[in-house]
Amino acid sequence: MSELTGMSLTAMARGLAGREFSAVELASAHLERIEAHNGALNAFLAVTGERALEAAKRAEGSREGAAPLSGLPLAHKDIFCTAGVATTCGSRMLEPFVPPYDATVVSRLERAGMISLGKTNMDEFAMGSSNENSHFGPVRNPWDTSRVPGGSSGGSAAAVAAGLVPAATGTDTGGSVRQPAALTGITGIKATYGRVSRLGMIAFASSLDQAGVLARSCEDAAWVLEAMAGFDPADSTSVDRPVDDYPALLDRELKGLRIGVPREYFGEGLDPGVDERVRAALSELEANGAEIREISLKSAELAVPAYYIIAPAECSSNLARYDGVRYGHRCKDPADLMDLYVRSRGEGFGPEVKRRIMIGTYALSAGYYDAYYRKAQQVRRLIADDFRSAFGDVDVIAGPTSPTTAFRIGERSEDPLAMYLSDINTIAVNLAGLPGISVPCGFVDDLPVGLQLVAPWFEEARLLTVGHQYQQMTDWHTRSPKGFD
Amino acid sequence: MSIDESEVRRIAELARLGIDEADLGRYADELSRILDFVRQLDAADTDGVAPMAHPLDVHQRLRPDQVTESDRRDEFLSQAPEAGAGLYLVPRVIE
Repeated sequence: MSELTGMSLTAMARGLAGREFSAVELASAHLERIEAHNGALNAFLAVTGERALEAAKRAEGSREGAAPLSGLPLAHKDIFCTAGVATTCGSRMLEPFVPPYDATVVSRLERAGMISLGKTNMDEFAMGSSNENSHFGPVRNPWDTSRVPGGSSGGSAAAVAAGLVPAATGTDTGGSVRQPAALTGITGIKATYGRVSRLGMIAFASSLDQAGVLARSCEDAAWVLEAMAGFDPADSTSVDRPVDDYPALLDRELKGLRIGVPREYFGEGLDPGVDERVRAALSELEANGAEIREISLKSAELAVPAYYIIAPAECSSNLARYDGVRYGHRCKDPADLMDLYVRSRGEGFGPEVKRRIMIGTYALSAGYYDAYYRKAQQVRRLIADDFRSAFGDVDVIAGPTSPTTAFRIGERSEDPLAMYLSDINTIAVNLAGLPGISVPCGFVDDLPVGLQLVAPWFEEARLLTVGHQYQQMTDWHTRSPKGFD
Repeated sequence: MSIDESEVRRIAELARLGIDEADLGRYADELSRILDFVRQLDAADTDGVAPMAHPLDVHQRLRPDQVTESDRRDEFLSQAPEAGAGLYLVPRVIE
């Protein structure tokens, strides 16, 4: 990596403040790196170099008393609407779409001074765990380009892991920030439901979707999340509650911290190498003052089945808006209105999106509602209650983020169920609306492993602190993939 | 829970989703397997458990009924595949 691209956000901020380099130099160095490596990774769908350089020039002009993130580069997952910049959501359906407004996440980060370098690739409408469902081709994992980076925020993850940007936004409906962070050896945090505004974040499953950050360290993630989080009157599910000062809370001791380790997260399907690395990480935390307690989340195994009713049901309803009339793809020469709907949607959506729309439509159709949707919502409460009762005894819950390391491109793409099980440890966290983080905790056969930590509602600061303390005792998060170092 | 090709056709029609005839068999098989998988939920004892619709169990917030947005009709219409005279255009509905 060049001098300017390997640094942490805080180091970049110090360099800018000390006038060691300028915001324009910083943006240019990253744009050059994107230019050099994006061909191999397909992490970016759009690079907005000109806009970025103009913004960097403006940031230089207002250096005095600038906000801490001023002049620092990042990228946005292509699910966040960016005014005047195409936003595809990884779909042919939105290929022609240029949003007339910015997502709140985008405008907040811009107000904090951050400079967007472009939009990152993703599974279509955030439905996927490998990034193979993008209409614009799969993203490759910089640790092994024959493997997936995880999904659905795979472009953001690959871009950060390869040093193309120091941080990127993501969204997490069932693990889409944490799982790709784990598979690419970086830090990824998903906030509590309602903590970050969903305005302008293209909806997949509205009761589960929440934004997050992918970065190289917990410290960097803390800065970005703090700038993103907060009440937004324009999002009716946004929570009006102060945001903790995440960066200021990083230097707390682990002494006395009670870590619950659910036995259900170490079951069948867990790769022995991942198991060993995660247990080693827990021992390191224990050696530094934390207390490890075995716990049980008894409804854990029901999380994936409940999710694959609730998420498709919400998706089928949300994606009804793509009608070929108001925006997005329209078929050629529609014979009548029905033909326009059916062909525009048939052409615009890929196979996984179609599967989920159909599962959701079926589950919500007359006669099936109680057996599927209502039942899944009841199970959802059991899952949330498990967490609530566990948090009576422990401060955080820990386990493997993903049961395996990155799999090969094509390995699971023909089997939707095998793909769904990639998120077995992350999905329950969304059903309960809790915050979760993945931090790198080692390697198996040169592929990164992630440790997942989950905290009670609105305790993002606790996750970042524990992760930061772990990153003070280990150097896994400082490793770079060969060819991208 | 098995879904056959005619059921896929019916669901696709409800969802206004064009599916190629050649793909009906594959979707029937995949949807059947997904639905079999989610039937694990049947085993859960949920008697008396209130369905959870919102992860924080909060109710919809209300705001004062005030006009807060400006008229951006032209901008929004510019995203439409076909528009004219300030309207979205679609194929003729009434003959």
